Amino acid sequence: MAETAHRAHPTPAVYWGIAAFLAAVTAIEIAIPSIAALDSVKVPLLWFLAAIKFGTVVSFFMHLRYDKKLYRTLFLLGVIGIIPLMTVMLLSLGAF
Amino acid sequence: MSSQAASAETHDPHDVRPIRKAAMWVFLGSESMFFGTMIATFLLYRNNTGDGPGSEIFNIPFTSASSFVLLMSSLTMVLAHNAFEKRDARSTRIWLLATALLGITFLAGQIFEFTEFVHEGLKVSTSSFGSAFFFLTGFHGAHVAIGVTLLLAMFYLSLDGRLHERQGLNVELVGLYWHFVDIVWIVIFTVVYLLQV
Repeated sequence: MAETAHRAHPTPAVYWGIAAFLAAVTAIEIAIPSIAALDSVKVPLLWFLAAIKFGTVVSFFMHLRYDKKLYRTLFLLGVIGIIPLMTVMLLSLGAF
Repeated sequence: MSSQAASAETHDPHDVRPIRKAAMWVFLGSESMFFGTMIATFLLYRNNTGDGPGSEIFNIPFTSASSFVLLMSSLTMVLAHNAFEKRDARSTRIWLLATALLGITFLAGQIFEFTEFVHEGLKVSTSSFGSAFFFLTGFHGAHVAIGVTLLLAMFYLSLDGRLHERQGLNVELVGLYWHFVDIVWIVIFTVVYLLQV
């Protein structure tokens, strides 16, 4: 049954590589607010980089990429559920 | 017949591990929504500083260093889990302890940061901004503290060989919780700190 199939987890060398990638993205994130030329794109850029880091940790360190689809669905239900929840909350409290 | 036997072996009806793991993912999903509402609250009140200080008192280099520490603790956690799967007790122990120490370092940094902010006039009661900031980051800190406690418990069990094969799922679940604490901070660091400067 495909549902129970697991792909092999990465090796420690891959984990170190992923950590180096995450460290590099974090360094870029920290540099962005101090670059005046990026002021107009700062907000979407920082959100984008945060999403990349979030996805990388969830996929590789939490093994969601290698695990059952059920787990992915259960987690994503919560994560995607934040969008309507935040929207309703911010709208009802007059944020916009 | 043989395929039926194999099927029974791989789908043991008494094996509750997949259910426990699914429950953990449901828990993490619900925690995401919980933190989502707190982040929304912060966004709502980020400019309501009243007479108190606002985001100008943030020390971005310091918080960046703390964030890096927490990010690297995810690496040590996944290495601990990897070593456990390879039945390498010594490496498991080392990486579990390293993860706990990195978590403690992060918490020490947060306590220092909170103390500095209080000295500069930002308290929970100062303004809506102060309340939202301390509740969000403080609640995350509480999650880190729970994670550190779980990691130290695992480390303690490993010292006298009580962290055996049957506890593989426990190590994995503690790992999932720890990585979750890390991904929540990835969002908090961006929304609360980087986007406010």
